Amino acid sequence: MASLDTGGDDGHKKGPGVKKAKKLSTRVDMTPMVDLGFLLITFFIFTATMSNPTTMDLNMPKDTDKKDEETKIKQSGSLSIILANDNKIFYYEGEMDPTGANFKSATYKDIRDEIIRKKKEVISHYVQDPACEQEAKAKGKSIDDCKQKDFFVVIKPTDDATYKNVVDILDEMTINKVARYALVKPFPTELDAVKLSGGGAAATPATPPAK
Amino acid sequence: MAKAKIQKKSTDTDMTPFVDVAFLILSFFIMATKFKPAEPVPIETPNSVSSQTMPDNNAVMMSIDKDNKVYFSIMSKSDVQKGKDIIKEAAKRAGVTITDGDLTHYSDGMMLGMPFNKLKSFLALAPAEQAKVKQDGIPVLDSAHNELVYWIGAAKWAFTGEPLKYLVKGDNVSKYPTFSALVDAMKRNDEQKYNLVTMPTDAPQGTELYLDRLRGK
Repeated sequence: MASLDTGGDDGHKKGPGVKKAKKLSTRVDMTPMVDLGFLLITFFIFTATMSNPTTMDLNMPKDTDKKDEETKIKQSGSLSIILANDNKIFYYEGEMDPTGANFKSATYKDIRDEIIRKKKEVISHYVQDPACEQEAKAKGKSIDDCKQKDFFVVIKPTDDATYKNVVDILDEMTINKVARYALVKPFPTELDAVKLSGGGAAATPATPPAK
Repeated sequence: MAKAKIQKKSTDTDMTPFVDVAFLILSFFIMATKFKPAEPVPIETPNSVSSQTMPDNNAVMMSIDKDNKVYFSIMSKSDVQKGKDIIKEAAKRAGVTITDGDLTHYSDGMMLGMPFNKLKSFLALAPAEQAKVKQDGIPVLDSAHNELVYWIGAAKWAFTGEPLKYLVKGDNVSKYPTFSALVDAMKRNDEQKYNLVTMPTDAPQGTELYLDRLRGK
């Protein structure tokens, strides 16, 4: 289409009776080839899976009935995070106040600041623990782990939380390098507190219950 | 005064470099593309900063779709018979007999999400038919009839002495109780370690992990 016939000229005749051999252009029209090429490119771009799925580790502690096998945590260094419905988060530090004074709500965005703040607070209270530091050095690890040994995050997803919520908060632990955390069932008192704060399914009957 | 002659130029552009580039890109995409295996249920996994790649051999995957249905799939590329053994054993533990003959349509990595009493008739269908069937999901929420326990137990039995990875792939909107029931089924089989399948994202800027990764740790 776009190629002009540039070849083949009839400048001078060889003589009477001698038929001029018409010179054909050697140019090939590439347009359909380009069309096809780009069609295939678009197809492969759409089907390509560039990012392969990755996995994150999750280790669950063994359920135990024996009291002395349970992991002990310091109340002062613990941060409980309750995952409620509609991507709501509630959290409190240490032990929950019966009046609910330290029961606060947050979003997935600002919980990170809260975790960082609490972690810093725990680290600032750190009293040197030579045994722990020596062990860390022997294993070639940094002593950061010792500094936050009292810091413990308890993650309590309610029945209204989604799987994404759980993964997000576990991811937050990786992002902020929280060494100790656990997935625990929420206590009834906590569920009540969530309900009172408008985060429970009972308080909002409009949302259909989980199947 | 003589008029300046404007030379007429050909309107034809040389397309060859264009074609070259196009086919170079094309060949790149052909080589980089890995076709997704057909999934009976689409599952959108959450993002995480984790960078471990997903194993595709010697693993079992428990999937939760957006309706909280649970599926079980066995990934044993090197030994497809193992997958069949797991199904037979799991069914046996649940009190249902499934023979090799029932498993002629079984392929590696198939997502099975049927209660045991319906599994046999589902497996008997041709692959094209199977794709059309809406599976019920493995019953997990009733802890007395958590059928996933049999599946995991059978997988553990079949992979004795070999490394076996447990993968959990959940949809963004699936609810926590299903995941919790799944964890419970794992615990009842004395398995505490598993991996959650996610899509990678970058570590958020300014966080400790981000700084660590900048330092090239």
